Amino acid sequence: MTRDLSITINGEEREFAVAEFRSLLDALRNEIGLTGTKKGCDVGDCGACTVILNGKPVNACLVLAVEADGGAVETIEGLQAAPDKPSPLQESFMVHGGAQCGFCTPGVIMMAKALLDDNPEPSEHDIRFALAGNICRCTGYTKIFDAVRAAADEMRKAPAP
Amino acid sequence: MRRFRYYAPNSLAEASRLLRELGETASLFAGGTDLLVEIREELRTCAHVIDIKKIPDLHELSFDEERGLRVGAQTTAREIEISPVVRTRYPNLASAVAALGSIQVRNRATLVGNICRASPSADTLPPLIADGAVLTIWSEDGERSLPIERFFVGPGRTVLARGEIVAGVTIPPPRPASARIYIKHGRRKAMELATVGVAVSVDRHAGACADVRIALGAVAPTPIRALRAEAALRGNRVTPRLIAEAAEIAMSEATPISNVRASAGYRREMVGVLTRRALEAVTGAPQ
Repeated sequence: MTRDLSITINGEEREFAVAEFRSLLDALRNEIGLTGTKKGCDVGDCGACTVILNGKPVNACLVLAVEADGGAVETIEGLQAAPDKPSPLQESFMVHGGAQCGFCTPGVIMMAKALLDDNPEPSEHDIRFALAGNICRCTGYTKIFDAVRAAADEMRKAPAP
Repeated sequence: MRRFRYYAPNSLAEASRLLRELGETASLFAGGTDLLVEIREELRTCAHVIDIKKIPDLHELSFDEERGLRVGAQTTAREIEISPVVRTRYPNLASAVAALGSIQVRNRATLVGNICRASPSADTLPPLIADGAVLTIWSEDGERSLPIERFFVGPGRTVLARGEIVAGVTIPPPRPASARIYIKHGRRKAMELATVGVAVSVDRHAGACADVRIALGAVAPTPIRALRAEAALRGNRVTPRLIAEAAEIAMSEATPISNVRASAGYRREMVGVLTRRALEAVTGAPQ
């Protein structure tokens, strides 16, 4: 059965129809056309599909689209102010080499955003603990942690308007 | 994704009716972090998914000194993990939920879902058993209470009858001079299933062990209590020798299997090691 849904995605209300068994991840990528959120394992192990649903980071593969009806979803596409204006977190990942192949990066950045929203001054342990569910095969994580730490410092100096 | 029908009832009565009418191919859905994976990997035949998140009054997380901690069927692992009262009064449960999957998973997974999934290795079960948690089970005939250790029948199997729903779980208030701990042993620190899990809750009185409950995870078809090890400790003065004896007895009470995560022999050894460490921690014995 198909359901008509209304979900606020990156601040914009979107109405669309989706099969009731469809995951939020598949709906974002296929029905909405936002392919920044990646499908890695599709069973909640890798974190590549991390989005923020009603303020909390979740694996979009383990959420049904129908459950998000009436709710708010933030994806990697919503982070930057404009196509040529990356957010401080995105900027920091570029500066510190936090991305190599880039497949895990949207999920890592969304999880890092959720961390910094909650805890603007995370310890090294806080960063590692928060990113435990995001798997990266390239970086060895060191540069990811560097990027998050530097972004946190940067954002505390100049809080977002 | 395999296809299924989705239902979002507004009451326990409606959810229970759906469970009974739709039969064996219907499953309740709270966090879905096991259910959706099992459907996708074709480990479970499920044609009907009944979402309980629209049902009112199932999102409780409250503590009082009389009744203890009450957790509703919709309360997530993450909500429990970050709850100050859980961290101070039930550090065993706090560490068990914090060891479950990732933050993304814990924002969805529920404690009651972890209970009902009835995995022998589920992290939350040993501390709940050691603390004497009681389930509230709803059916059209009314509510019944059941001590959690009588809930499990085998891997993935519980005593729930068709149409019964676990609405919540209550953990008694910690007694004065009590202490509790859960120790998880895995191959790595994060995103891991327990190879062995040991929970010990103890009531101390004047250097003696007034009462103790030891629960073992991942070493039998269900989580179990090490009843003979408890009996060896109960009422006695706690010494390193007594702790070593109790740990040895706990090893003999485990009936582990060998699988991809560990051999039976290794699991049994670790029951001894972790039971000793847990007892040392909760009794303040010299280590």
